[in-house]
Amino acid sequence: MNVTTINMSAGDRQSEERATKIHEEPEASPKIQVRDFNFFYGDLHVLHDIALDIPEKQVTAFIGPSGCGKSTFLRSINRMNDIIPGARARGTLMLDNQDLYAKAVDVVALRRKVGMVFQKSNPFPKSIYENVAYGLRIGGVNDRRILDDIVQTSLQRAALWDEVKDRLDSSAMALSGGQQQRLCIARALAVDPEVLLMDEPASALDPIATQKIEELVYELKSNYTIVIVTHNMQQAARVSDRTAFFMLGKLVEYDDTNTIFMNPKQKLTEDYITGRFG
Amino acid sequence: MNDRRKVDLTRGVKGRFIRDRLMTVVFTGAGWFAILFIALIFVFTFREALPIFTDPEVSKEANLHEFFVKRVEGETIEQQFVWQPVGEVPKFSFIPLILGTLKATFVGLLFACPIGVAAALFSSEFAPPKLREWIKPTIELLAGIPSVVLGFFALLVLASWLQNTFGFTYRLNAWNAGLALGIALLPVVFTISEDGMSSVPRHYREGSLALGASRFQTAWKVVLPAALPAVFASFVLAFGRAIGETMILLMAGGNAAITSFSLSDPLRTLSATIAAELGEVVFGDPHYSALFFMGTLLFVLTFVSNSAGQWVIGRMQRRMQGES
Amino acid sequence: MTSVDLDTTLTRRIASRSRRRFGEIVWVELLGLSIVLILAILGVIVADVVIHGAGHVTWTFISESPRQGLTEGGIYPAIIGTTFLVLLMTAAAVPLGVATAVYLHEYTPPERPKQAWKRFRAAEGPDRRKLFGTVLLSLLAKVTRSAVANLAGVPSIVFGLFGLGFFIQFVGRAMDAATQPAGQILWGQGNLLWAALTLALLTLPTVIVATEEALRTVPPELRAASIALGATRWETIRRIVLPGALPGILTGAILAISRGAGEVAPLLFTGAAYYLPFLPEALSSQFMHLGYHVLILSTQSPDVEATKPVLYGTVFVLLVLTFLLNLTGVLIRARTRSKLRAGG
Ligand SMILES: Nc1ncnc2c1ncn2[C@@H]1O[C@H](COP(=O)(O)OP(=O)(O)OP(=O)(O)O)[C@@H](O)[C@H]1O
Ligand SMILES: [Mg+2]
Repeated sequence: MNVTTINMSAGDRQSEERATKIHEEPEASPKIQVRDFNFFYGDLHVLHDIALDIPEKQVTAFIGPSGCGKSTFLRSINRMNDIIPGARARGTLMLDNQDLYAKAVDVVALRRKVGMVFQKSNPFPKSIYENVAYGLRIGGVNDRRILDDIVQTSLQRAALWDEVKDRLDSSAMALSGGQQQRLCIARALAVDPEVLLMDEPASALDPIATQKIEELVYELKSNYTIVIVTHNMQQAARVSDRTAFFMLGKLVEYDDTNTIFMNPKQKLTEDYITGRFG
Repeated sequence: MNDRRKVDLTRGVKGRFIRDRLMTVVFTGAGWFAILFIALIFVFTFREALPIFTDPEVSKEANLHEFFVKRVEGETIEQQFVWQPVGEVPKFSFIPLILGTLKATFVGLLFACPIGVAAALFSSEFAPPKLREWIKPTIELLAGIPSVVLGFFALLVLASWLQNTFGFTYRLNAWNAGLALGIALLPVVFTISEDGMSSVPRHYREGSLALGASRFQTAWKVVLPAALPAVFASFVLAFGRAIGETMILLMAGGNAAITSFSLSDPLRTLSATIAAELGEVVFGDPHYSALFFMGTLLFVLTFVSNSAGQWVIGRMQRRMQGES
Repeated sequence: MTSVDLDTTLTRRIASRSRRRFGEIVWVELLGLSIVLILAILGVIVADVVIHGAGHVTWTFISESPRQGLTEGGIYPAIIGTTFLVLLMTAAAVPLGVATAVYLHEYTPPERPKQAWKRFRAAEGPDRRKLFGTVLLSLLAKVTRSAVANLAGVPSIVFGLFGLGFFIQFVGRAMDAATQPAGQILWGQGNLLWAALTLALLTLPTVIVATEEALRTVPPELRAASIALGATRWETIRRIVLPGALPGILTGAILAISRGAGEVAPLLFTGAAYYLPFLPEALSSQFMHLGYHVLILSTQSPDVEATKPVLYGTVFVLLVLTFLLNLTGVLIRARTRSKLRAGG
């Protein structure tokens, strides 16, 4: 059971840090509120009556066995599922008390507010600079000074600036996998989102690159609300404040991360995090 | 968040939406416009041939019986099936033209199929990669030679050479036209067969080589059979190309609409007949409708053989992908 | 088994093997010979044209009109006519073909009609009408795709028939009836415009197929990334999809144009002229054409020997034109391929 021990020690460190914090922050209304949320791919019912609140400026982790619907749920939050034929949502999913699936919602504006980082890094075959500037350029920002400024801050926030500042005009495809992923994070940050969705952002990376991403997530949460999907228990324990455990399309348990890892209320959760299945 | 310049990205969103909408309309419009024209191709080629069924004036002289069955008085088969559209009593038998088309196609395929497949097998199985990188563009260059140039070459150079070498009575005949046609078919056979052979999964070859088979045995007994659908498809597509090819046959075939089975007689194909006669024909005449019907026939035949070829290729691709 | 036994079997085996090897080598050489034969054919044709034709291509030849029953002078009107024709054809076929492919690939539903139909059958309520639209669009896309793929193999003479039947007899006559005094024919006969549109239609399927293939090579993840950054569909197409597909589109377009430039059969009844001492001045003018000129010179000449130099010169110019176009297309493709290999 050495998995659990690692988890516990990681959880300990986190819980200490959080203990002070929770007292500082008064109960705010949640950034994202989900009630009775169901999702279908055609006939396939993949999410069943999901209900949870995602707090602002914290990291929320989604864990669960493969195929349980984590990615689907994550993509529902910026409506990336809209482009899949036959995808259908039912129930309410509210961002800042606004129903995201209401008729009047402008998905383009929504996706600016809710950025996304994909599992496989997907930089555009353009220069590093143009990758980061992409969201601004389509928004009509072409002033070189503003672009320079935002490209720099975004790369700094994504902890990539020092590595690429001398070759902003070279192709993004020439970066390493970890650098590409941080570039994708910088690209998402450049349009100044409020929420950042990350779908297994480190699953294709080596341990050092993974650590960089984790540190980055930890840094970013002071400014952004982050939702991260991961298959790596230690990672969830290390970076997140709250953890949601999904199984077969249902939300099994959702609580503070250390409660989930040290003191789960459900037997299923315990079995999963101790590696008894999945 | 205050440490950075704020840009308002919500400004101009409306304009972007309108542009997006506009472009959707533009692309949809363009798409439908092109689709309309593609549909019109079908409609109009058939439409001009229709009078042979509907217009009594036309169908009196030009009709299916006349085209395919009717024999006129005569001793020999050559006198019985005649294409003679201008004259007192026009004669509209397609038989000599169909025979001409088939003869040229036969010679063309006879030449192009074996050579094309052999070259494809060599290129995909034995040629070093460097050489291969040269072979393919070169064959594409051959495919890029306009057929009027091939027709010119057959008429001026090939025909004389063949006549001097083999002593044909007629300079222009099925051998000459068919060989020139074959040059045009070679790239078709080669490209499609080669694609099929290259798409045979590597483990087929590895399995065979691991069993001690030589590279030649592997190519012959494993790759070729696996790529057989593609090879077959290449023949079908070449057939489609052959029956529709016009300029080569117009120039190198000798232009004699005679009902003859001999490959050393001059010939005239369906396509060459359209090319030679449609320019002078009276609009709405039985002759005009007969030529359009000939076009319709070519259209249908090539469309069908193409669909068949494409279907075989598609099926093979899916199977190969499933296995690799 | 004694060692002697082993030895003899081995030798025998090796001997039979090398005999087999030898047979095989002959076979492989035969296969290789077929390549040599193909290359030789190409070489003979090109050499024949170059040897007899290149010398005749002088400035006078390129810049003057034909004289003396086409046996002397140049082919200037044919060069200009071909150029106009190809430019017009390109202007019509390439934008329309690319737009159609973009429509098919980026705007019609990505599902197969069967899947869409299944969803339609299962759906209830307000979704149903929208889904029915999806079914129809996906069916339209499918039918169009297969029609386009098969049209690419329909003989060019059939397109000529269509040009005559549709553009000249149908559209042209209607235009004359509307704009010309009775009995006057302006549009109801072959001309530059109708010939170019006929050729455009002939090349359209090739452009559509090549463009759609190029669009397919742009990874869907890039589209997703762009959309996730708040780009609209058009912005994604303009900034990500089209630039990514550009080399493929260019290659396809150039190869299609080069094919169109060499086609003669569709021009026979849509406006190519035997001999015009002047250049086409309007879309309604007839025109001379290099390929058509080759046909006329080689089949209609009263004095074959006298025409030969002009004929070979014309073939040479036509061949250079199509080879250059072809080569450009092939080079663009080769370059992007090697770039792709280097990048990934
Ligand atoms: N585009 C799609 N069309 C149809 N079904 C889909 C689609 N995407 C996902 N699914 C199905 O929905 C279910 C949930 O998928 P999802 O990708 O959300 O799982 P996940 O929890 O992210 O899994 P993983 O951990 O492997 O990424 C799975 O059964 C999957 O097969
Ligand atoms: Mg997932």
